[in-house]
Amino acid sequence: MLSTTTSPGKGSPPPPAKSRAKVAVGRLDLGHVSLVAVLAILTLVGGLTKPSEFLSTDNLQLILTQASVIGVVTVGVTFVIIGGGIDLSVGAIVALCSVWATTVATQEYGLLGILGCAVLVGVGCGLINGMLIAYGPMVPFIATLAMLASARGLAEQMSDGKTQIVTVNSVLDLGLPDAYVLGVPPLVMIFAAVSIIGWLVLNRTTFGRRTVAIGGNPEASRLAGIAVKRQRLMLYLLSGLCCGIAAFMLIVLTGSGQNSNGNLYELDAIAAAIIGGTLLSGGRGTITGSVLGVLVFTTITNLFALNNLESAVQQIAKGAIIVAAVLIQKGRKTP
Amino acid sequence: MRKIARTPSSPLLSSRRGLIFGTAAAGALLATGCTSNESNDESDSENKQAADTDDKKPGKKVTIGFAGPQADHGWLNAINDQGKQRAEEYEDVTLVNTEGSNDTAQQIGQIETLINKKVDVLVILPADGKALTRVGLKAMRAGIPVINLDRVFNSPQAYRCYVGGDNYGMGLNAGHYIGEQLKDKKNAKVVELAGTDSLELTGQRTKGFDDALKNYSNIKKVARQSAEFTVESGQSKMAELLQAESSFDALWNHDDDQGVGAERAIKQAGRDEFIMVGGAGSKHVMDAIKADNTVLKATVLYPPTMAASAIDLARALGQGKGVSGLASLEIPASLTLYSAVVTKDNVDEYLPSGFS
Repeated sequence: MLSTTTSPGKGSPPPPAKSRAKVAVGRLDLGHVSLVAVLAILTLVGGLTKPSEFLSTDNLQLILTQASVIGVVTVGVTFVIIGGGIDLSVGAIVALCSVWATTVATQEYGLLGILGCAVLVGVGCGLINGMLIAYGPMVPFIATLAMLASARGLAEQMSDGKTQIVTVNSVLDLGLPDAYVLGVPPLVMIFAAVSIIGWLVLNRTTFGRRTVAIGGNPEASRLAGIAVKRQRLMLYLLSGLCCGIAAFMLIVLTGSGQNSNGNLYELDAIAAAIIGGTLLSGGRGTITGSVLGVLVFTTITNLFALNNLESAVQQIAKGAIIVAAVLIQKGRKTP
Repeated sequence: MRKIARTPSSPLLSSRRGLIFGTAAAGALLATGCTSNESNDESDSENKQAADTDDKKPGKKVTIGFAGPQADHGWLNAINDQGKQRAEEYEDVTLVNTEGSNDTAQQIGQIETLINKKVDVLVILPADGKALTRVGLKAMRAGIPVINLDRVFNSPQAYRCYVGGDNYGMGLNAGHYIGEQLKDKKNAKVVELAGTDSLELTGQRTKGFDDALKNYSNIKKVARQSAEFTVESGQSKMAELLQAESSFDALWNHDDDQGVGAERAIKQAGRDEFIMVGGAGSKHVMDAIKADNTVLKATVLYPPTMAASAIDLARALGQGKGVSGLASLEIPASLTLYSAVVTKDNVDEYLPSGFS
């Protein structure tokens, strides 16, 4: 089956096709194209190994739902990285938000109380990060590392290490199939909305352009009259906001709050942003790339689970993909 | 046992203490090769009377150092609580607690501090048994006997007594329970939601489960995924398992904490054609078993009461006594607790030990 499809087209086209693609694609990022190709390959593998389970509406809903929580976090982290910073505290902030928003006292205020609390706590943590980094003497790595430790510690203390089960039905119902609109789960809608808003903000507003500018060259940006410090603060606030939203989504998804939530989100989000083409040194990156990056990782996890493979194999594949993606991006710059 | 005062049991005796001690004694019997699956009520209550009257008397003062990992999980949290409460029940016991840590180096430091404080007995639940063996040895050489809780040290020289749960037995009992439930079903399919694969205990649980299922030729384990003992991972791995297997007959989930997420995934998928068996024994799961309106029909214990038993043993060690109810003059060298299966029939007995 493979030979019949590949042999006819195997002759001469590849080199010209490649260069033509480069020209024709133009503004479309090569990195994005390669990620879409990876997704296509994964879908093909899924379709061949587990046709009925993988290629189904249920599974598409599942993949998108699983991607949605980490996806929202990644959008925030992408902004921070483009702006020349790093946020290591996202996982811990998600944990703290999810715990704070599910305490018995908060649950009394219903859905809006839980949502509001998660968002407020997220923004509050982002504010502390931002103040320490923009106006204080700390580098992002250290300040957010400190937040990572403290936020998770506070989450643990607040929950007493226990799993807090949500009893508010309006919140729980959001995660059940009855709440799907035209087959789209509410969580996926939130993810889509955050991604689109993120894309618009980055590409169509001065806020976005300033972000790229301070990430690329903070000194030049300052001389050009950009309030670099305020911009930095705003980026960490944004990341905190995304964590708050993600925590609410996680509460809906799991019906509970737990201090171990959001474990290693920081690494997953950074990895997704990087394979999506965001420069770790700042100044360049796209929301589309990050979203594709998240989808690639989620699809791999899904594919491996459906084929009943161990999580160890999955981790190996994840590492290989990160290396491959970075190599592709390096290859694009040098020749 | 030095002396057993056979006075009628005082009304003040807390029945829970007796229950816990009963468990310890039963576990000790098991460890010494005497196996009984039924909880022997009569002998337990006899032990209880003897033990309580004997144990109530304050003896020599004992300072016990307690070092555990970070209580970031329901079960570990219950371990700390059980240890503390048990120590408070004894007038002659002073408990010196360290703040828990998952960091090996930090926990070694904390234990070394306890050694320097010259506590009488150490109870250690290591974050990693192998990595903390060295500090166990150090304590023993300094003349401080060590009770090694749950995660065993590399060398028997590093502890005086090991107290732990039975991970292999947990899998075995889960497998047997599921086997009995499905024994009349042709081509029955079973799914396993395991805990963190990088931990040795997960492998032991799975081995026990597989070994038990081998007794039932009509049952096949069709899928296994490992979550990470968190609600979040439980939800996502279970959602994928449900997607991968359109229909199956039984599910064993290693851990009730991650089970909260698994139950959520099951609800989200709208599935109920199978029975679900949990692991560890949380209060939430026991409530669900009692209510009997979900797929949850049973859970296999990994009793946190082992921490209370460890305090009992540490006290006995500090006072140079044996275990009441056993003929031996010293406390045993190892004590493995039984992983009972909690079902609707016996859930009331176990509910008080369920952790949240």
